[in-house]
Amino acid sequence: MRRGRKAAIRGEEGTVARDAGGLPNTFTKLLIRNAELYGSRPAMRHKDLGIWQTWTWGETLEIVRAYAAGLHRLGLKRGETIAIVGANRPKLYWSVMAAQMLGAIPVPVYADAVAEELRYVLAHAEVRFAAVEDQEQVDKIQSVQDRLPKLERMIYDESRGLRDYDHTKLNSIEGVIADGGKALAADPALRAWLDAEIENGKGSDPSIILYTSGTTGQSKGVVLTNERSIAAAHDTVVFDHLDENDVALAYLPLAWVGDHYLNYAQGMVAGFCTACPENSDTAMSDLREIGPTFYFAPPRTLELLLTRVMIRMEDAGYLKRKMFHYFLGVARRYGESILDRRPVPLGGRLLYWLGEALVYGPLKNVLGFSRVRTAYTAGEAIGPDLFAFYRSIGLNFKQLYGQTEAFLYVTAQPDGAIYSDTVGAACPNVDIKIAENGEVLFKSPGMFTGYFKDDAKTAEVMTPDGYVKTGDAGFFDEKTGQLKIIDRAKDVGKLNDGTLFAPKYIENKLKFYPNIREVVALGDKRDFVTVMLNIDLTAVGSWAERHNVVYASYQELAGHPLVYEMVAKHVDEVNRSLAADKMMVGAQIRRFLILHKELDADDGELTRTQKVRRGFIAERYAPLITALYDGSSEADISTQVTFEDGRKGTISARVKIRDMQPAAPAPLEKAA
Amino acid sequence: MRATGGPDIAVGDVLLSVENVSLAFGGVKAVSDVSFDIRKGEIRAIIGPNGAGKTSMLNVINGFYQPQQGRITFKGQTRSKMRPYEAAEGGIARTFQNVALFRGMTALDNIMTGRSLKMRKSFVWQLLRHGPAMREEVEHRHAVEEIIDFLKIQEIRRTPVGRLPYGLQKRVELGRALAMEPELLLLDEPMAGMNLEEKEDMSRFVLDVNDHFGTTIALIEHDMGVVMDLSDRVVVLDHGIKIADGSPAEVMKDQAVIDAYLGVAH
Repeated sequence: MRRGRKAAIRGEEGTVARDAGGLPNTFTKLLIRNAELYGSRPAMRHKDLGIWQTWTWGETLEIVRAYAAGLHRLGLKRGETIAIVGANRPKLYWSVMAAQMLGAIPVPVYADAVAEELRYVLAHAEVRFAAVEDQEQVDKIQSVQDRLPKLERMIYDESRGLRDYDHTKLNSIEGVIADGGKALAADPALRAWLDAEIENGKGSDPSIILYTSGTTGQSKGVVLTNERSIAAAHDTVVFDHLDENDVALAYLPLAWVGDHYLNYAQGMVAGFCTACPENSDTAMSDLREIGPTFYFAPPRTLELLLTRVMIRMEDAGYLKRKMFHYFLGVARRYGESILDRRPVPLGGRLLYWLGEALVYGPLKNVLGFSRVRTAYTAGEAIGPDLFAFYRSIGLNFKQLYGQTEAFLYVTAQPDGAIYSDTVGAACPNVDIKIAENGEVLFKSPGMFTGYFKDDAKTAEVMTPDGYVKTGDAGFFDEKTGQLKIIDRAKDVGKLNDGTLFAPKYIENKLKFYPNIREVVALGDKRDFVTVMLNIDLTAVGSWAERHNVVYASYQELAGHPLVYEMVAKHVDEVNRSLAADKMMVGAQIRRFLILHKELDADDGELTRTQKVRRGFIAERYAPLITALYDGSSEADISTQVTFEDGRKGTISARVKIRDMQPAAPAPLEKAA
Repeated sequence: MRATGGPDIAVGDVLLSVENVSLAFGGVKAVSDVSFDIRKGEIRAIIGPNGAGKTSMLNVINGFYQPQQGRITFKGQTRSKMRPYEAAEGGIARTFQNVALFRGMTALDNIMTGRSLKMRKSFVWQLLRHGPAMREEVEHRHAVEEIIDFLKIQEIRRTPVGRLPYGLQKRVELGRALAMEPELLLLDEPMAGMNLEEKEDMSRFVLDVNDHFGTTIALIEHDMGVVMDLSDRVVVLDHGIKIADGSPAEVMKDQAVIDAYLGVAH
């Protein structure tokens, strides 16, 4: 079935735009369509008291109608905003649907936001109502309520602990739905009014405002409209062949564009079932019980899962362990080729088949991936080994690139053309341009109409010809034709000969080696690229133990000639992979050194979230940087360090510098 | 579905009273002539320095120890002797200072054991596990799931408790006590050995149990901050003797209490 569906859709992508025209133009009308088409099929599941509860599309429509009527009776009007604060729970998704039914605009907010962040969004979005999950959120909002003069009423899902609260401004969602249901049943005029209200909904009405997480300055409200959202979701539903038989687990934050797109919008368009975990801690076991067919996980989650599997395998019996590692080897050799339908020798196929029966199948079952047909990862660069592991055991993991302003998708990898270092080709109906400075610009069916109440910021990110600036620098890979994202555009510099220099791109390539922990790449306005790096004490330490390398401290191990030898090999491999890119061939690493101390947040070299603070490091290690560029083979440095107990001390060292031979450019062209 | 066996008592009335209770182990007097009461719906703290006789007092209430002197009146019924299972049937549940769970069983099964007194179908029916016995099991499982939801321990439902961190084991133990739907809940140092965050969580649960189920709670605690925040009334023991009784604020100002905690110059 998997194969058939894929083949059937190929080549139809051109017709997508026309198909989208046939779809209803608001989410509410889509809900009604789903209730007609898939009335008795599951729309939503939620585990409650240990049992999966299911609501069909038909039931969902009934509930949402009652909920909308209830909200109307409380005074929510067309064009107003309503905040949604909490985890992935049916009642909060229904809050989104009910608000949309009335033509009001839902504004989801991150559930773990601190009170002050919450206040900013609620005040900026001018909400009069807030649908919240539980007492925790009610308390948080009440603590800042005196600075939210517009907020009138909160409605909550979980009543626990709220019994003694003043209920003049509080309602339970259940109560609102019951009240609306009763009113609808009793009053035909209200029914007619609601039907008219639904009919009045326009495609150009805003369907949601998603606030960006605000890692760079104050968060901005991205306004998305019904018809654009639906058009975008339709394109990817066709692209990934999703239909009403699919199941997704909604475990990522409601307020994140990924959840609203992948689960809500795609679920509405395709009519598939969205399952909500029991709570945020049970997502892993719920995943296994639900067995989703469509799955999204950021690289960090995938890494965590893999580590957990590997640790548990180390505890397994000798035979199992041997078998596991043997068949992982088989998977590495043939798995990805089989997944991408490239030719594989018969023996390899047979071995892989055996591995599927003995190892990959059971493993996928334990992880909850048995039924996964399409899976995506995005958000940060993913290590090639990590990516290859999941793909080799038969999971169709792909990468996408997107942002809130695009309503997620800008690019995605089509089945069969998957690479760990690209993010795919432009999605159907998406237009991408690369600006002079390397910044990626796009125009897409789902793109936002503007930042809420912030025309200046909107104007800032739009080009005169209607493209949106992503703030990311990238280029199209010649070999695959897919987009590569290399760094934030503002961090990208140029070497003196004009070659593009993207520090993060080079650093990430090095950091994928377990032996290397932190990297600082230098090169902007210089003649060539150099790097300073930290080894990973755990990984290199265990290597040292196995190779009888004696050391007493990080400093000693970092300066060891054999360690330099090992790191040089990694740098050489990175250089070769850089040489394979025409854009990057000039940005190969010419010299490197291993720092005598670990970069540390206590010394101000890293941020608390473990990001390198370039400016500070450039100042602090100025003598080393000078040495990297003046040709000397070693340099002296003494730096102040802060110990864990707050005392300060000084570390002095003589650091060696290693020269590297750049690799020949693009050796792959010969083969082509 | 409260435990039965006695008249209904209104909130604020005396649920349990201890009168002139003395308990000695050979020559060691653990509790001497202590009297106090616990009112329905309140959180009553029993505090005191190490060796003050707090746990002994709890064990007397619970029927685990038989006092040599004195009377205990629970729900209007006076007794001098009671077995622990009688106390349990009468609606008294407790947790222990050192977690006392079935380590090899899952959190769910452990809490389920709290329901065993409420299982009415005979052993033969239980063996068959069909019809009425199954219905009964489902009913109890529902009650247990409510507790799991209440204590937010869904993710460890199927985990053997021996593998759980201490703080969670304490929570499971509280769950098992709650499964009895007790009228009076005795907590023996519910926060012992916990970090600050676990203490805050546990305090929240104790308050919620009191608020949500209306359960009367008597707790032993060392952490004065916790006692001040949680309890309605406090009784202070020192060397087996009651030295103070009153609201947390009153007790804190009491010179005898200050002396007992800080020591006194001789």
